[in-house]
Amino acid sequence: MSTLELHAVCKSYGSVCAMNNVSLNVETGSRTAIVGPSGSGKSTLLRVIAGFESPDSGSVVLNGKILVDGTNEIPAHRRVIGFVPQDGALFPHLTVAANIGFGLAGSPAERTQRIDELMEMVALDRRMLARWPHELSGGQQQRVALARALAQRPQLMLLDEPFSALDTGLRAATRKAVAQLLSAAGVTTILVTHDQAEALSFADQLAVMRDGRLVQVGPPLDLYLRPCDETTAAFLGDAVVLPARLENGWADCALGRIAVDDSARNGDAKIMLRPEQLNVAEIAAGDTDAQGRSGIVIETDFGGAVCNLGVRLTATAAENTAGSTLLVRCPGPQAPAVGASVKISVTGSAHVLAA
Amino acid sequence: MAATQSDSYVPPALRVWRRTGNQAGAPVTAAALLVTLLALLPLAFVIGVTIQTGWSTVMQLLVRPRVGELLVNTVLLVVLTVPLCTILAVALAWLTERSDLPGRRAWSLLAAAPLAVPAFVHSYAWVGLVPSLHGLFAGVLVSVLAYFPFLYLPAAATLRRLDPGLEDAAASLGVKPWAIFFRVVLPQMRLAIWGGALLVGLHLLAEYGLYAMLRFDTFTTAIFDQFQSTYNGPAANMLAVVLALCCLSMLTLEAATRGSARYAHVGAGSARLLRPHRLGKQATVICLLLPALTAVLALGVPLVTLTRWLIAGGAAVWRIDEIVPALGQTLALAAAGALLTTCAAMPMAWLSIRHPGRLNRVLEACNYITSSLPGIVVALALVTIVVRIAPAIYQTSVTVLLAYLLMFLPRALISLRAGIAQAPVELENTARSLGRSPGRAFWAITMRLSAPGAAAGAALVFLAITNELTATLLLAPNGTHTLATGFWAFSSEIDYAAAAPYALIMVLLSLPLTWLLYSQSKHLAGR
Repeated sequence: MSTLELHAVCKSYGSVCAMNNVSLNVETGSRTAIVGPSGSGKSTLLRVIAGFESPDSGSVVLNGKILVDGTNEIPAHRRVIGFVPQDGALFPHLTVAANIGFGLAGSPAERTQRIDELMEMVALDRRMLARWPHELSGGQQQRVALARALAQRPQLMLLDEPFSALDTGLRAATRKAVAQLLSAAGVTTILVTHDQAEALSFADQLAVMRDGRLVQVGPPLDLYLRPCDETTAAFLGDAVVLPARLENGWADCALGRIAVDDSARNGDAKIMLRPEQLNVAEIAAGDTDAQGRSGIVIETDFGGAVCNLGVRLTATAAENTAGSTLLVRCPGPQAPAVGASVKISVTGSAHVLAA
Repeated sequence: MAATQSDSYVPPALRVWRRTGNQAGAPVTAAALLVTLLALLPLAFVIGVTIQTGWSTVMQLLVRPRVGELLVNTVLLVVLTVPLCTILAVALAWLTERSDLPGRRAWSLLAAAPLAVPAFVHSYAWVGLVPSLHGLFAGVLVSVLAYFPFLYLPAAATLRRLDPGLEDAAASLGVKPWAIFFRVVLPQMRLAIWGGALLVGLHLLAEYGLYAMLRFDTFTTAIFDQFQSTYNGPAANMLAVVLALCCLSMLTLEAATRGSARYAHVGAGSARLLRPHRLGKQATVICLLLPALTAVLALGVPLVTLTRWLIAGGAAVWRIDEIVPALGQTLALAAAGALLTTCAAMPMAWLSIRHPGRLNRVLEACNYITSSLPGIVVALALVTIVVRIAPAIYQTSVTVLLAYLLMFLPRALISLRAGIAQAPVELENTARSLGRSPGRAFWAITMRLSAPGAAAGAALVFLAITNELTATLLLAPNGTHTLATGFWAFSSEIDYAAAAPYALIMVLLSLPLTWLLYSQSKHLAGR
């Protein structure tokens, strides 16, 4: 069942088109991440759902109720949609308790009880209730903002790059905590971010946005391994793209003959592999067994657990591919040194990029 | 895209509102437009009166020795006073901000303090001390002492904010300390100096009381005399046109030469504190002379004269039955004017923060231009127009308040803008997503957060009105006596002792304003 549906939503600012025919379905209780470079229109998408902006055309439906279409529009304050902006946007003139209670109705006792519940939910100490926003750390501010947004029990929560202001270590921990919390509460969540790693880790459904369009929507692993085009491939992570000749589910390329995920296409095409799909094994000096899939390590970038290698392929008789350098990822401690001869093998199949 | 093209036509100015789905926008724009049209009245008067007078009469009125003499006086006053103010202000700013001069904090306060003394009280003090003082020299002397703080405050604020890394870099490139000042520090103070110089220049053109008391004729004093003798004659009007032109050319000159470069260090705030320059023993003694002498001339003289008159007058000059009503009327006018001006500035301030666009920038610029016109031009314009289209409000407080509104709108506008900028639209949006309607979200968040800015703006207007003389003299209904007009009446009759209590009360009322400006300039510098 779909809770949130966007149908052909368009929105432009003057001559700049921020959303071009965007359609999207979000399942109840799921987590969707919308990822794209800055200026791709992803924040606009969120603001249209929240009701801060009106679309030029198209409609937004939540649980069968029309939020906005060509004729009607429910204003932001009647939508009961939670919203956590980038910097938390805590009201600077209100204490933590007053911030969380801002959207709450009811008697003071009820409010206090609900605020306590919410503080517990976001794992903040009750003693913080009397503090002012400027006395909190970035992570605490975000959690207060989340508690405030959860106060009215929204069915849908919108997160607009809420982790980007946090330190790297804190960011991953906060992201995980927020994801668990929202799942436990059964709140459907949409996260907007420009950080692909964050999006891949957070989402059940990933949507890639570029120039106002949703270019691809699907499970994160699907998008990572089978991106629709080269730009998306590069946006979601490092990619090795090679020209190849396809034939019945096999590709002939600089790495030799490897399996591809599309057996229907034949002829020239581009294939994509993730660097983790390439394995290197050092060849002892004097070993002449190596064939076309060997190369020489020309640079290493040691990053602890993982080491990125630049491997130049050795020329083969059949093709003139000498000089092209591949990015290979291997476990840091076992990384070969610069100058070593290595044998390259492929795990899994390569993805054929759309022509 | 197709959908936007098929939309029916919406005028560009209103399109903003459709886009943001903000229905409150159109009335706000309308309100801002109305205020701007009002603000354009004095300019309309200047143009209209010139056309109506006819070319030959205009030439007849303007091409005569008297006008030439006034022009020479006014130009000389500006050309001499502005550079002197600049040199004094920059030197004091450097000494109080960048050197290890003993008692820098105190000197810095003393350099801002002359603002608490209204300009015409400065000249009253000097005339009381040296009765024969008059003419250009006297005009320049008292003007420098009365107005240099307008340059000192921004110059000091800029010096405090400068990135010391630049000076270190210049020194490491082998530039000598003096050369660093002229090649690195001074160029970065350019915007501050230009802005301050414009403010001083406009005050020189607009001031009446200071020069009338020193018997130094400028356009403003001449217009005033003309108006007193012939009421609403074309002669006064044409002089006002010339004065307005002087102000506008000063604005243009400043805008053309200011440049658009922003020199301020942009970043998360400078991490390092400025290291003061060491003066050395001999230099310290010499350098102490400058702030000390300035303080004696700009503060000591008014203080001594006032004290002398108050002692000489004794209890007899405290005519409570006159002073209390004057104080009451002043406070009432100032409160009403501050409220009116702040409310009128609200739509414009909101638009310029929330919907910055070309239309709104033009509207805002119109308001600044009007307020740069001297009070006497605004007053003449209001007299002429009110008599013609709304005689019912002539010689009532309404006209006076209208003049205050036109003259002091930017003071409220600047503070309000800063206040509204404290309340990002994101906070208002968040309040809406938490169930508050747009109106209630605006009230609970934006109004609440911009209240300090609004209060500061209202205070600035309030205190400006407290000391306003020129427009009040011309426009106030019969029987209105404010502190400034009461002071003026007595000192015109050379009853200096009777004027002293009024001067004292005005100075005391102005102290909070001076403190506000002083701490604002500190705040701007991020300390």
